[in-house]
Amino acid sequence: MSLFQEMSEAVISGSAKKVKELSEQALAQGNDPQNIINDGLIPGMNIVGARFKANEIYVPEVLISARAMHAGLNVVKPLLSAADTTNKGTVVVGTVKGDLHDIGKNLVCMMLEGAGYKVIDIGIDVAPEQFVKAVEENKPQIVGLSALLTTTMINMRNTIDLLKSYPVKVMVGGAPVTEKYAQEIGAHAYAADAASAVDRANELVAS
Amino acid sequence: MLIVGELINSTRKAISQAMEQKDKAYLQELARRQVEAGAHILDINAATSSNEIENIQWLADIVQEVVDVPICIDSPSAEAVAAGLARCQRPGMVNSISAEQERWEQMLPLIQKYGAKVVALCMQDGGMPETVDDRLEVAEKLVSGLTRAGVAADDIYLDPLIKPLGVDHNFGLQALETTRLLREKYPQVHVISGLSNISFGLPERRVINRAFLVMSVAMGMDAFILDPLDQAMMSLLAASRALAGQDEYCMDYITAVRAGLVKA
Repeated sequence: MSLFQEMSEAVISGSAKKVKELSEQALAQGNDPQNIINDGLIPGMNIVGARFKANEIYVPEVLISARAMHAGLNVVKPLLSAADTTNKGTVVVGTVKGDLHDIGKNLVCMMLEGAGYKVIDIGIDVAPEQFVKAVEENKPQIVGLSALLTTTMINMRNTIDLLKSYPVKVMVGGAPVTEKYAQEIGAHAYAADAASAVDRANELVAS
Repeated sequence: MLIVGELINSTRKAISQAMEQKDKAYLQELARRQVEAGAHILDINAATSSNEIENIQWLADIVQEVVDVPICIDSPSAEAVAAGLARCQRPGMVNSISAEQERWEQMLPLIQKYGAKVVALCMQDGGMPETVDDRLEVAEKLVSGLTRAGVAADDIYLDPLIKPLGVDHNFGLQALETTRLLREKYPQVHVISGLSNISFGLPERRVINRAFLVMSVAMGMDAFILDPLDQAMMSLLAASRALAGQDEYCMDYITAVRAGLVKA
């Protein structure tokens, strides 16, 4: 098994210690930091995401794998030069105004990060204007909006309306949100759960 | 012990369909069966429908045609809660208020006007409570605020705000510890929760839900929003009450066994 394959396996099995050691070893062998991320860490998380989506593994197992991936990122990231930080794209994620729920949003952030996106988590209770500000500052390809309440879902529409003049795709999700609602409010994509958020994001950056 | 039957909830696909098709017979049957199985109050939720106000009133009307128990109006929207309460034939319940300012200001007058019982979520502006202490702090605001507003302690049902165990293995302990402390601090106030948040993200969720029910009864939780048609759950609830010293001579337990409601 190649070093990168071994690293992916260690991410999948959630062994933070092993991922850290293998990342150090890979650096010592002269591997490019960006390659370590793209060919060692992310392929592991991609498999984790697919298994999660297929209900073969569960939230705690995804969390353990994410922790392992971060153990590797912590070793490698400081060595990335500014020019190296190419990634699949940038996603700004937040829970809309009036809504304080963060668990679903946090899972989405974790899955996107694992899939190789740069994730800017701007938190909960985020006003439409704050989303706009984050878009101006970070120039993301995608904005992810989360809502858990039927009373705060409406703020997805308000946010999307404000974002219309920006070259950014909007993805929405959360317990009361449906595909139909997403279309009504002009979202570019609807993600039913954290794992499909990655698929939708991949489709959006490809389109 | 208060059991709130949770099944007539628009977030369940069968219910939103029945609501859209105005399938009165199906919904009434579900109401009747929940009460027969031991529900003291029936929760009704139309929040995911596009015409929530109209639907919550329709649900309130058709449910009260067939059962005599109070109903619990379940919505984050004060407008829908007001519409539902207006149709209650006997004092109902509101699910829910919180210490978030806007929700507090909108829901409180409704609770006062209709003399409703209320589920009070331990949550305030600025974010979800993180620690047990955060929850106790919000609970104090809720209990003192509601009491000052004339709501009887006996009508207050504190919800400790339960987070999924799958996300953090300490979240179960946190919920149990909060329950124990709330019970100790407010002996007259009730502690309530739903049973599904705890198991989000884990397999075989009903096993976790049932274990949580048993453990939280031991900590002093005395109200649940649950599926009363889940006989295993109802059996464990009856046994837990008896074990927690809440069932004199175990007669509720024995009676429920004889009625066929409790089974091993």
